[in-house]
Amino acid sequence: MSKKEDEITWKDIEIGAIVTEPGNTAEYKTGDWRSQAPTYNFDRCIKCGICQVFCPEGCIEQDAGGYFIANMYWCKGCGICARECPTGVITMVEETE
Amino acid sequence: MMGERIGIEVSQAIAEAAMLSNVDVVAAYPITPQTHIVEHLAELVANGELDAEYIPVESEHSAMSACLGAVATGARTFTATAGQGLELMHEVLYVASSMRLPVIMSVANRALSGPLNVWGDQSDLMSVRDTGWIQIVAANGQEAVDNIICAFAIGEDRRVLLPVMVHVDGFYLTHVIEPIIMPSQEEVDQFLPPYDYPLPLDTEKPVTMGAFAPPVLYPEAKKAQDVNLRGAMPVILEHWDRFEKEFGRKYGPLEHYRSEGAKTLLLTMGSIGDTASAAVDKMRDEGKDVGLVQLRLWRPFPFAEFRNAVRDADLLVVVDRAISFGGPGGPFCSEVRAALYDEEKRPKVTGFIAGLGGRDITVAGFEEMVARGMEIAETGAEQEYEIYGVRE
Repeated sequence: MSKKEDEITWKDIEIGAIVTEPGNTAEYKTGDWRSQAPTYNFDRCIKCGICQVFCPEGCIEQDAGGYFIANMYWCKGCGICARECPTGVITMVEETE
Repeated sequence: MMGERIGIEVSQAIAEAAMLSNVDVVAAYPITPQTHIVEHLAELVANGELDAEYIPVESEHSAMSACLGAVATGARTFTATAGQGLELMHEVLYVASSMRLPVIMSVANRALSGPLNVWGDQSDLMSVRDTGWIQIVAANGQEAVDNIICAFAIGEDRRVLLPVMVHVDGFYLTHVIEPIIMPSQEEVDQFLPPYDYPLPLDTEKPVTMGAFAPPVLYPEAKKAQDVNLRGAMPVILEHWDRFEKEFGRKYGPLEHYRSEGAKTLLLTMGSIGDTASAAVDKMRDEGKDVGLVQLRLWRPFPFAEFRNAVRDADLLVVVDRAISFGGPGGPFCSEVRAALYDEEKRPKVTGFIAGLGGRDITVAGFEEMVARGMEIAETGAEQEYEIYGVRE
């Protein structure tokens, strides 16, 4: 479905609300569920990628410099990356408006 | 080859109607008074008469869940339950209708615990009123058989794609041997097209079924579901008409018995209609102007046909076989009242709750309820409900 979710009318709903388009979960913004956000001290980062492996949302991407950073559109702020990072790069901080 | 009229227990006949409908999968858990239906199905599969997968599940919740999976692959699927079993299925019933998966189910209507009671009433039927299923209430064994076959045609129709319950009164119908015309296989094959679900589970064309919908989509999904169920009405009528052409037996949302022009109408659902019709005959012989209207299609509710059927009456005597605790009495009666609320000229409505937990309602019982309804109406009053026959 090419329409944005807030433009979909009841007539557009597929039979039984079946999702026929694969991968459209990516459009669902889960970032606003977050109450804490990861912050980074890359001085300590060894670019091991363990945070990316453990991220349950699959939202950690590697930047041009090889560092791993969570995409805030999807990051729910669970803190698993901070817990698993072997060198203590990541600190969770309270989100502020 | 034409169908043959035989003496058969209604439960067995229901199982054989499912067999004649060529079901592919049966997932069921036995519970009184539905037991004979699923036992006979298990027997038919075991002895090779019915080429289907019989899944003996560990609960009714699992039964309905397994049925949903089966229907989603494109398999024609049947199950049956009763009372407490229907309650245990409850949450999955909503999933069936909202996912538009046409499971066909026979419910042997039974009272709900507690006190524990295995006998018939319509408490279970009323508890699933708003689950979004098409609901047909059979008044006798022939109606049960015919409407199981119709249910597959209706539910699987691409314009409908909804699960269908065929309600049959526990014991009063399920355990009674009736003369029933069992359609032949050729006739049913002629009537019933193969099941062809438009978006089946298929690894070549993957889809996501049962995904969640956030607040931005949920109301749209619910409106689509409601419009679909209401819109099923003409398709239901079309299949009943087709059935009449094929089999010569006519079905509609309502059944009328000596109701034309009657000033007092008895309103019933299910097997008590037969007893009520005997009471109507007796009252007519005594010169009383009384008729009977039986509701066959409970969902979608046939508002237009219903309003038309009671238009000329002065008094409705509505007999419920369930209680809405702390609410407006009988669920059937409260819907009748709601359906008439906007009418400029409407009959007086007197509600009775009777036959709970297998308490028999006799011909004399119907006469008494009608007399009592008339007595109330003569004073200009109406009645939300009265539990008939309870010892004071």
